[in-house]
Amino acid sequence: MEKQIVLQMLNIMKIYSNGVVANEDVTLELEKGEIHALLGENGAGKSTLMKVLFGIETPDQGKILLNGQEVHIKSPQEAISKGIGMVHQHFMLVPSLTVAENIILGVEPRKGKVFIDFNKAVDEAKKIAETYNFDIDVTAKVEDIPVGIKQKVEILKALYRGADILILDEPTAVLTPQETAELFVQLKKLRGNGHTIIFISHKLDEIKEICDRATIMRNGRSMGTYRVSEISTDDMSRLMVGREVAHSFEKEAAKCGDVVMRVRDLTVYNSQGVLKVDGLSFDLRGGEILGIAGVEGNGQSELIDTLNGINKKYKGTIRIKDADIQRMSIKDVRNLKVAHIPEDRMVSGCAGTLSILENLFSNQYDRPEYSGKMLLKRKAIEKRSNELIEEYKVKCRSNKQAVGMLSGGNIQKVIVAREFSSAPDIIIANQPTRGIDVGATEFIRQRLLEFRNAGCAVILVSADLNEIFALSDRLAVMYKGKFSGVFTDVSAVTEEELGRYMLGLEHAEKLEGAIYE
Amino acid sequence: MLSTIFTADFFAAILRATTPILFATLAAAIAAKSGIINMALEGMMLFAALFGVIFSSLTQSWAGGLLITMALGGLLGLILAFFVLNLKTDEILAAIAINLVATGGTVLLMLAFSGDRGTSISIQSVPAPKLDIPFLQDVPVLGSLLCGHNVMTYLALIAVVVVHIFLYKTPLGLKIRAVGENKNAAESVGISSRRIQYIALILSGILVAMGGFFMSGGYMSMFTKDMAAGRGYIALAASSMGANTPIGGFLVAVLFGIAQAFANVMQLSTIPYELIQMVPYLTTLIGLGIYSYSRMKKRQKAGGK
Repeated sequence: MEKQIVLQMLNIMKIYSNGVVANEDVTLELEKGEIHALLGENGAGKSTLMKVLFGIETPDQGKILLNGQEVHIKSPQEAISKGIGMVHQHFMLVPSLTVAENIILGVEPRKGKVFIDFNKAVDEAKKIAETYNFDIDVTAKVEDIPVGIKQKVEILKALYRGADILILDEPTAVLTPQETAELFVQLKKLRGNGHTIIFISHKLDEIKEICDRATIMRNGRSMGTYRVSEISTDDMSRLMVGREVAHSFEKEAAKCGDVVMRVRDLTVYNSQGVLKVDGLSFDLRGGEILGIAGVEGNGQSELIDTLNGINKKYKGTIRIKDADIQRMSIKDVRNLKVAHIPEDRMVSGCAGTLSILENLFSNQYDRPEYSGKMLLKRKAIEKRSNELIEEYKVKCRSNKQAVGMLSGGNIQKVIVAREFSSAPDIIIANQPTRGIDVGATEFIRQRLLEFRNAGCAVILVSADLNEIFALSDRLAVMYKGKFSGVFTDVSAVTEEELGRYMLGLEHAEKLEGAIYE
Repeated sequence: MLSTIFTADFFAAILRATTPILFATLAAAIAAKSGIINMALEGMMLFAALFGVIFSSLTQSWAGGLLITMALGGLLGLILAFFVLNLKTDEILAAIAINLVATGGTVLLMLAFSGDRGTSISIQSVPAPKLDIPFLQDVPVLGSLLCGHNVMTYLALIAVVVVHIFLYKTPLGLKIRAVGENKNAAESVGISSRRIQYIALILSGILVAMGGFFMSGGYMSMFTKDMAAGRGYIALAASSMGANTPIGGFLVAVLFGIAQAFANVMQLSTIPYELIQMVPYLTTLIGLGIYSYSRMKKRQKAGGK
């Protein structure tokens, strides 16, 4: 039986005004009722292609056929009215409104001419949720519901507006394994109902699990469309990256050295007075990677900012190399050879408008090698920055280029180059590879391992469980400010087991011995 | 002094002092709900105070003057919106510009219309009348408390309810709140945030114009130089302290009204006039302290995400 083609994007070309060719002759065809993966590294042109489809960008060449008819989609409204819905990676929800209000926003049912019919809004929201078997309290405020539910609300929003084609932009990035599994069940049901889903991802195992076909993109070009059942993950990754990627690391056994960081009864409240870190204790040794897993928002960020000396308001003690950091400045802490890869690279990782060179030296500009009494030693800085750019394979025109103009992966490489070049003994890495391409990810992970092998202590916070599993020597799970679980043998842990600890369904009874002496 | 405080007259004085601040507070709230701090309220109120005098004189009707003033207030809101939304001027800078233009421009216009630089006393304006409510005025105590206030005072109180219903029960109100809280979310469902913010600023201009109209046609019966006297800024503080809700803003506006009324009463005492003049502004300073603190917390919250 020949499948019906619902959407064709033919020979799409998009060149941005800054000369970047984002899409070059890309063709995408969707069959009715399939889950179609759009696979590619960051910067491969997936987002641009979807923006073209959703009316945010207009293509320079090519055409879009919807059910065989050529359409020109000039705005998201038009896309919505043509039955195309998008679930953005960053949720497009209004936190103080209820689920129902978010669903009906923009298409409110009315009582008379003037007023919103809130009862009808709730009824309609309930109806659409029931139709698609989404178990949601539609009267709850969005700010009070967990991430997984927020995503369902987003999907319902699109369905309520009559979406036949759903674009999901990296939907599992923020979900726990359990939530992901639930999402997949829902998506399969939607597919059964005749909806067509575009699933943007770079997680190969997920694509294997749920998608029917995959279109792979690299460097703005389509590398072809394949039946997922007929292509191996190795082939997919080869097409995506253009080279074989080692999926598991050859890891030497950890050679643990002395304790370099000793944390006892650490308690941190955030600026709203909410308890975020609840009496944590742990030891960190040289030559090990301590992985910290957990659903975002369970105190990881607060923990990391406190360990780095950024947050001073805490109870308990943090001793780095036997020095209490309570009264130390951030610089003092860094002078203990602590490096920090911050969670949000644009907010606290770099100064986007400054050059690569300036960013590379922002933590060591005052060292005697680079600074005289009054002026910076330009030649030394130039030379070193070019060395770093080469060593860390930062793709750029010159060291004068503004960091903000680089792709996410390259920005991260600049930050990593800066932090690692300070010859650290302790590396505190918070989401070091989030949202960057496979090549850069691999590079950074490899570097972290090299430092560990050389005796450096690493704390790794990551939402990417593969990363946690691949790198950690010991693994702790954070849940509501505490370690709900600690594993000294990471290879014995399954994802499901980890997920249960992440969701607080299980708690380790005794942490002493496993995480501190 | 206590004897002057617990009287129907003092109650009336509080309402009188509250009225212009209340209009401006509602104006601030609508703008803030759409995501824009309308700091130009001060200048808009000043302009409106002058327009009220001029147009009530030209039409020889307070209602005619009020309607034209409201329309011009809406126009001022439109101008601010154009600068902020189309030309992408910083909203605070655009507001400062409007306020400065108002300070000089009103004097210039007054000079042109009345030949006087200080007051508009030579213009025969028609102030808004006081309103006696039939039957209610005959009720003891309640009658003397609730009757005989300026019609603008009643309008201000009604406006609280109207703005509340508008923001929380109508589609447009929902859209304004959605845009103010998460512009991207609103746009993703096809709401034009620019259009919504235009509407919010125009409504803001209309509301504050009503407050300005009361200043020169009720609170006083002429225009004097700089007569808004910081009420636009006070209203920003009031709105923010009231979480940018009409009801909350109303409560804080009354608080500021009391401070103002106190200052007016205390002028009769032996305390130096200059000190007493500080009371409403001191109240605002404290209010603004809280305002800034809450904003700081909000920024921290946004930054912490």
